[in-house]
Amino acid sequence: MDVLQWAIDPWGHRVPIHIAWFLIEVAFVSAVAFLIVHAAYIRFFAREKQWSGTTAPDVVAAIPERVPRHSLVARAFHWLMAASMLTLLFTAFLPKVGVEFDWVTFHWIAGTVLAASVVFHIIHASFWLDFWAIWPDKTDIVDAIRRLRRFFGQAVPAPRRFAKYPLENKGFHGAIIAAGLAVIATGVFMMFRVRTIFFPRNPYLFTDVTWGWMYVLHGLAGVGLIALVIIHVYFGLRPEKRPITKSMIFGWMSRDFVLKEHDPARWIVTPAAVHPAREEEALRDAS
Amino acid sequence: MAVIHDVMPAFLLFQPGSLAEARKLVVEHGQDGWILAGGLDSFDWLKDRMRKPKAVIDLSGVSELKGVRTTSDGIEIGAMTTLTDVATHPLIRQTYRLLADAAEAVASPQIRNQATLGGNVSQDARCWYYRAGWPCYRAGGNVCYADTPDGRNREHAILHAERCVAVNPSDTAPALIALDAKFVLQTAGGERVVDAEDYFVGPDIDITRLHILRPGDLLSSIRIPAAWAGAQFHFEKVRDRQVWDFPLLNVASAMTVSRDRIERIRIAVNAAAARPLRLASVERAVTGKPANAATAEMAGNLAVQGAVPLQFNGYKVPLMRNLVKRAISGGEEATWTSYSGQ
Repeated sequence: MDVLQWAIDPWGHRVPIHIAWFLIEVAFVSAVAFLIVHAAYIRFFAREKQWSGTTAPDVVAAIPERVPRHSLVARAFHWLMAASMLTLLFTAFLPKVGVEFDWVTFHWIAGTVLAASVVFHIIHASFWLDFWAIWPDKTDIVDAIRRLRRFFGQAVPAPRRFAKYPLENKGFHGAIIAAGLAVIATGVFMMFRVRTIFFPRNPYLFTDVTWGWMYVLHGLAGVGLIALVIIHVYFGLRPEKRPITKSMIFGWMSRDFVLKEHDPARWIVTPAAVHPAREEEALRDAS
Repeated sequence: MAVIHDVMPAFLLFQPGSLAEARKLVVEHGQDGWILAGGLDSFDWLKDRMRKPKAVIDLSGVSELKGVRTTSDGIEIGAMTTLTDVATHPLIRQTYRLLADAAEAVASPQIRNQATLGGNVSQDARCWYYRAGWPCYRAGGNVCYADTPDGRNREHAILHAERCVAVNPSDTAPALIALDAKFVLQTAGGERVVDAEDYFVGPDIDITRLHILRPGDLLSSIRIPAAWAGAQFHFEKVRDRQVWDFPLLNVASAMTVSRDRIERIRIAVNAAAARPLRLASVERAVTGKPANAATAEMAGNLAVQGAVPLQFNGYKVPLMRNLVKRAISGGEEATWTSYSGQ
């Protein structure tokens, strides 16, 4: 079974034209299978989370009851991106599974919104947010290894609590970046193939082979996003993740949840004055 | 690419003798089946080996699919009725002459003797890039070779082009839309009746088909209601060769006029887009207006609103404008205006 569809171009060359559409079903089924397995694991096998380290009473006292997590601008970006992403997925794949409608115009408009919002996000995150907060650091890796070893029953210290974002969040963000940038970059060029308000049509911008691989990459990233979005929505709805989901709506987390899962030494939410002592204490606990 | 073999690939040939048997075969073979009506379009595909069905279901032996029957509300024409029979049928000529004129304008007498009404409305696009087997959008690829600066697109679409710019080449389709015909489909889920204009789809909805028939479906008949019987009809087709050609553009209208005012009207054009277009905005605009040159002028201008000509088919804009004008006021009264690039 070929995962790509090929054709012979007018010059007799064998060129890829797009992905095989059964990959839509593969992505959907894979994502649903993942969430079934995950839900079963959490329900029947998962043990209660254990963390190392404590937080000093003065640090706890300094943490507000509602801990700001996402600014209004960041939340607006997230939901705008979510709306455009869902529009893109529905307009791209519903016609392929038999729901026919005039999808192209909605698709490129939603793609334009997504591209513009991502450009904004990159600038906003680079200059107004803590850019590195979403990228895995050494502590994340060490703790991930600890969690894995503990899962297999080895006697290793408990992992530390998370920084602002759990490693899983960071990994998901990385996957979204890869898939999102792939669909945006290829999608912008593909807009040269249809009539839009931005560029005059120019199907000769690239060779047939280059266009073909561009369509393939766009398709692969697209079906990847089907799985990623399903998994993202699933985690957003899980009871233990609801404080994270609510923070994307209201902008804050409760102090209790922050202290339970997040390490104030790694996610600075208190006045700077209390940090040095707290960081020393956290490092001592972690070692 | 297209290689003319002139020898068809091997397939199983089924020749059902009844509609029930035909329906069963069509459902049974689904995607692998090919419905053969008159064969004018089919044999091109088969001989060029652009289509290689496993089974061909020849409907020529199904008598239930042939002939013209009167009903309580008009007539019903079997999908396998030949265009000659449609064009020469006394009742159609007398009461629904628009369809007779359209059927008579198709191709040549020899072809009309063989071609069927169902086949004419269900035929595939004639775009040569597509017919030649190039991997264009309509063929499941990702490019339109006709909509390029050097593409041969003189016969292609000026309206509603969405990636693909091929046009629907049927002459009878706009006449059936103007007559408010209903298409009777036999599907796996039972009989389904759709308005003529809903039988056709454009590339915005489905870029690989010109009509809504899916594998397993069969067009069995076309019903024409009495609502437009004896109305004032106008059919006009413009083609490169008068003796035998596909339309560069055609127009069909059915109109009733009362005290010099347009009381009711339905008007459709074809070969302007990938599906025959009912000009609903024109109908609304001219209803209640005097059936004169001024109304026709307004209708013509309105009809081409939104037209986007390609490199070599700009002539279709004034052509369509003038055909619509003539449909409203009659061929004698309208004057041709040259293309101004609008």
